Amino acid sequence: MSKTLTTSRRDFLKFTSITGGGLLLGFSWFSAEAEEGAIINKVPLNATKGFNSYLSISTDGTITIFSPNPELGQNIMTSFPMIVAEELEAEWTKVKVVQAPLDTKSFERQVTGGSGAVPHSWKRLRTAGATAKYMLMQAAAKRWSVPIEECTAGNGFIIHSASGKKLGYGELADEAAGLPVPTDVKLKDRKDFKIIGTAVTNVANKNIVTGKPLFGIDFYREGMLHAMIQRPESFGQKIKSADTAAAKAMPGITDVVVFKNNVAVVGKSTWEVNKARKLLKIIYENEAALESTADHDNQFKSLLDTGTPVVRRKNGDVDAAFKNAAKIIKSEYQCPFLAHAPLEPMNFFAHVRPDGVELVGPTQTPGSACTATSKLLNIPEEKITLEITRLGGGFGRRLKFDYVVEAAELSSIIKAPVKVIWTREDDMTGGSYRPAVRYRFEAALDRTGKLVGYKCRGVGINAGNPTREDNFPSGAVEHLLIDSVEHKSPITTGPWRAPITNFLGFAEQAFLDEVAEAAGKDPIQFRLDLLLNARQAPAGAIKYNIDRMEKVIKMVAEKSNWGKDKAGVHMGFSVYFSHQSYVAQVCEVMMEAGKPVVKKIYVVSDCGQVINISGARQQVMGGIVDGLGHAMYGKLSFKNGAAEQKNFNTYRLIRMKEIPEIETHFIDNGIDPTGLGEPALPPTGGAVANAIYKATGKRLRDQPFIDSDVFKKA
Amino acid sequence: MPVYTLQINGKQQKADVAADTPLLWVLRDHLHLVGAKYGCGIAQCGACTVHMNGNAVKSCILPVSSIKAAAITTIEGLSENGDHPLQTAWNEVDVPQCGYCQAGQIMTAAALLKRKPHPAEDEIDNAMHGNICRCGAYHRIREAVKLASTKI
Repeated sequence: MSKTLTTSRRDFLKFTSITGGGLLLGFSWFSAEAEEGAIINKVPLNATKGFNSYLSISTDGTITIFSPNPELGQNIMTSFPMIVAEELEAEWTKVKVVQAPLDTKSFERQVTGGSGAVPHSWKRLRTAGATAKYMLMQAAAKRWSVPIEECTAGNGFIIHSASGKKLGYGELADEAAGLPVPTDVKLKDRKDFKIIGTAVTNVANKNIVTGKPLFGIDFYREGMLHAMIQRPESFGQKIKSADTAAAKAMPGITDVVVFKNNVAVVGKSTWEVNKARKLLKIIYENEAALESTADHDNQFKSLLDTGTPVVRRKNGDVDAAFKNAAKIIKSEYQCPFLAHAPLEPMNFFAHVRPDGVELVGPTQTPGSACTATSKLLNIPEEKITLEITRLGGGFGRRLKFDYVVEAAELSSIIKAPVKVIWTREDDMTGGSYRPAVRYRFEAALDRTGKLVGYKCRGVGINAGNPTREDNFPSGAVEHLLIDSVEHKSPITTGPWRAPITNFLGFAEQAFLDEVAEAAGKDPIQFRLDLLLNARQAPAGAIKYNIDRMEKVIKMVAEKSNWGKDKAGVHMGFSVYFSHQSYVAQVCEVMMEAGKPVVKKIYVVSDCGQVINISGARQQVMGGIVDGLGHAMYGKLSFKNGAAEQKNFNTYRLIRMKEIPEIETHFIDNGIDPTGLGEPALPPTGGAVANAIYKATGKRLRDQPFIDSDVFKKA
Repeated sequence: MPVYTLQINGKQQKADVAADTPLLWVLRDHLHLVGAKYGCGIAQCGACTVHMNGNAVKSCILPVSSIKAAAITTIEGLSENGDHPLQTAWNEVDVPQCGYCQAGQIMTAAALLKRKPHPAEDEIDNAMHGNICRCGAYHRIREAVKLASTKI
């Protein structure tokens, strides 16, 4: 699978005369929209356009990569340099990665989200490494006066085997910097990979296990103030009046300011601010209906029947298929709101000065945060700097930048540097949530048990499109209708790890289990039959890869010994396609003291080429634990517009005792990488619920599962 | 405000804070030891775990006035060079994802291993029950505790 990429000069920009000497390349990861490349002398990194990372080789042989994308545990700060080092034939221990600040002039997609970092950057990173390697080889060939074809690269050296000559990259970096950038370079054959696909430990481990200040919440600046913000207790409220005198009189408090719907308490330390805040006397008035979960339950039921649906996908004649059906299966599934609850709560440092704005903190979307700050304060983006810290989890919450803009606004009002932090209660009550959704599924079987008609309607609260209309089984069923209804609410929602599919994956895979049973078929064979149908008689466009889905299904069946009896073990199956990857799972449940217990999950993932097998296993296992934990325990309910669960004493997260054994497998097919930060999560709830059904005879259709009778004491 | 003299990581440290200030915020805001993390403020997540006289405690609910002469150890003081068997095991097993909870996890595990150098799996699970890892790295946390227990 040897490839030659045509790389024009538009993709690379070489800098000369960097501090301390050496070679510095600017390169594009996501598109080649850069202006015509040129060799530029003595320019700062941010004075160039269109390049979104930099690879430098210093004269001491150190290789540095500036990583623009925020790191929140998806491990790209390790996997990105691995890819570059592979093509560069670098010595891994000499590669360093540095988090780049926001640089809207240079970077194009400085975002973490959508499981997209590695898929987007794969070829660019490889080409960057290969380009630098070629230039070093050229420099060596020139110095030795030998043809470049006689030189090879390995472990940080250029070697001329015929003469036994050898030079380190650092020794060649200056000379390489004086050479033109090659217009096309050859990438390695994957059989020659030495780093990609191996287990490499996280480059930040040492700093993490020694408690170094890596996270936004750890940021400190001499003279900065601390702040907390009281937001309305309920969605739909606004401030009528605020008595701040008592809070203001507390020791250590420097300011109490009311802005928009916020009351900010500012002071010299977090604890003083926290204490003073409790003395605020705020009266709110309603500006919208204060909604409760009980109201939502009723709305879901009525909107499923009376709402005006938006059609997302339609194939064939659904009405006729259901009219002529031998058997119809109909079920509804519902999920609650969920908080993202990253363990590091929201926080951001802002210093709005007359000459510009400094922002520091954890965000998945630094560019959007900067733009929004610029608009709000009417300060040009060029005058705003944003330093990206490590993120103590994101799960989608930090795709929103409300908390960044809020910190900037507060700093502009108090005219001081300030770090705003949210308490856990602030995060749970005033944040944004995975939307609550209810689905109605209907299936029509013909006399042979074949699925001929399929309907799925989703009703969501601020959920946008709560369906994934082109996902399996779309394309595999002749007559199909996917539609949705939306209820608008003052409760703010947002993408939560594996948006929509985090619940839809469960609902659909549990429903297909019901349909398979009604059809009298084995659940896995039922899916394989559907995929065969999609292959032989596709109904409309097929937007998933049938081969890849079949392979993960067959491999998980084999690894789990599906269909072979194990005493006391009940098995459930699930498969899901998301973020361009395919994940199949089999869950084993046993009954203990009359209750089902999840003992083991087998998982087969096809994410294309695995970059770091250690990191990949982490993403898969973490995704499953996350999916299992929230399916089992996750629930955020509202009463009169206010979240009822305010902290981890009532909002239950999964703990060590509750995790099953997980056996991970990957399909090794050598295709370019597809997403992995999210795809392992969606199938988990389905595999678990289907196994619990086998164990108890009870179908779990609502989350959290823990509320089901099967977990109540007999 | 009273001035408290605290024994932290083998050194005397002074903090001029209100009596009810939790140790966590004394460490973070006043002494700039930020390894112990804020996660919940109500002793539910364990991100703030430190040692008091060798026992794992949740520093987010521990008022500074209650500490007196007790010896406090934070992640920064767990080992001289970041090479406590748990810290090296954490790297070898490649535990961290986002990493935010890990200092608390390690401090809880360190207190366990001090008390019980070779714990059984259910003893590890019980000891670690008060520490949440939102990324779900529990398998590797458990594995790293086991690995460290072979090197103590």
